[in-house]
Amino acid sequence: MNLAYYRRSWTSRAMAALTMLCTGVVLTPLFLVLAFLMRTGLSALNLEFFTALPGPAGEPGGGMANAMAGTVILLALAAALGIPLGVLGGVFLAEYPNTELAHLTRFTADVLNGTPSIIMGLFAYILVVLPLRHFSALAGGVALGVILIPTVVRTTEEIVRLVPQSVREASLALGIPQWKTTLRVLIPTAAAGIVTGIMVGLARIAGETAPLLFTAFGNRFWNWDPLKPIAALPLQIFAYAISPFDDWHRQAWAGALVLVTLVLLVNITARYAARRQVKLR
Amino acid sequence: MDNPMAVDRLPTRAAAALIAHAGGIRVRELHAWFDRLHALRGVSLQIAERKVTAIIGPSGCGKSTFLRCLNRMHELVPGARVAGKVLLNGRDLYDPGVDPVLIRRQIGIVFQKPNPFPTMSIYDNVAAGWKLAGERNRRRLDEIVEQSLRAAALWDEVKDRLHKPGTSLSGGQQQRLCIARALAVSPEVLLMDEPASSLDPASTLRIEELARELVEAITIVIVTHNVQQAARVSDSTGFFLDGELVEFGPTQQIFTNPRDKRTEDYITGRFG
Repeated sequence: MNLAYYRRSWTSRAMAALTMLCTGVVLTPLFLVLAFLMRTGLSALNLEFFTALPGPAGEPGGGMANAMAGTVILLALAAALGIPLGVLGGVFLAEYPNTELAHLTRFTADVLNGTPSIIMGLFAYILVVLPLRHFSALAGGVALGVILIPTVVRTTEEIVRLVPQSVREASLALGIPQWKTTLRVLIPTAAAGIVTGIMVGLARIAGETAPLLFTAFGNRFWNWDPLKPIAALPLQIFAYAISPFDDWHRQAWAGALVLVTLVLLVNITARYAARRQVKLR
Repeated sequence: MDNPMAVDRLPTRAAAALIAHAGGIRVRELHAWFDRLHALRGVSLQIAERKVTAIIGPSGCGKSTFLRCLNRMHELVPGARVAGKVLLNGRDLYDPGVDPVLIRRQIGIVFQKPNPFPTMSIYDNVAAGWKLAGERNRRRLDEIVEQSLRAAALWDEVKDRLHKPGTSLSGGQQQRLCIARALAVSPEVLLMDEPASSLDPASTLRIEELARELVEAITIVIVTHNVQQAARVSDSTGFFLDGELVEFGPTQQIFTNPRDKRTEDYITGRFG
């Protein structure tokens, strides 16, 4: 019997067990949150919740239809701002990685990524709300869009860099100019990965509350005008959660469940897109 | 795409890949650098048109760098520099005002590892050079694709699955796809950078046969670390060592009666 080997294999087993335990500890809160959301949120989920406007304060019933529509509109506005800037910025970083401007851009993106989202809300407040003199969906979209930009910039950069040098050379060797190589070969090759980055970014901003407090502001009614205040799921959840009414508390849970499900779906779709990208290689 | 076979009904005419125009290249005092590294030290030689010229030498001798200088691919590496003259049909590729994009259309290249565009079908890979240049005429594209694939001896194997991804082919087929793609833009010279080094012996043989067939129409320069391959396919051979051209001459002579001791040592396998 080899004593050293015996000891080593026991240490190995003990350490493996420890890592598994840690994984379990990390996963537990996630599943607890999901289970709790299911238990409390499901009971308030019904057709009315998805189709009706919020009811008058204190009366049971009503829904969050306008908040869901508002979140979709806010995400669309944010995407319109964040995706083009983010993707082009990321492609720039990948194609000219060692220029002075690239270092500056990368640093700025990282700082922006770490900036508390309420600061972005203040930024949009000064940029859009003050000149227009009222809260608006547009201001909310700008706040969320600014949060989206650094995420998209950095993931796009990573993904475009992953495109093998040989693919780039294959295109240039055919006498295809650099700009066309970037636009017609590199970006399509990296497309699935870029889309994944965008989706993850959108999932993140879908749940942002703080930057919307003094930009989109919230609205108890339908609104399709980007220049007027608009409802959003996180805002509605916040408002209902701090209210004194039991029914609104239940609806807040339901809203949270819808939001989490939305984020989960987006993440799963992103995973799926990323897997297809891998297959293409 | 409606029907790739439609081209059969067209009057047979030499399409892109089969236009017989070949150029000769004269290289004079060519130097190349990677940052401080002096990779090519004054190479001069003459590449005859419609012949296969082989470049042999041990790893790191500058043979691939030399090849990449011939169609201005070398300068794409950050920090890379070139000095000297490369004359295609008497015109210097490195004259200021010469557009490298146009040079690369005249002088195509096939790389060591097959590199089809991963998001494109077989058809789109071959048509890429034309499509990205704005060609929209479907019949013309069909014709170019078929002629190019035929020229690369791949047509019969892929004609029924032109719209499958280029990456679905085997390694040897992918390399012939890359050759078809390079031929499609109708170059005068085709550079091959160790085109068979990642392939099995059967596929290697096909690439070699292909080089012999293509040289009827265009000029070929092939870099290889496989000495026997150079002996089999080339008309002339140049032996590189440490960034210098040690010896250049007819393949027959290089292999039977080398003038330089180092050439003899290399081809007989004593080093490298």
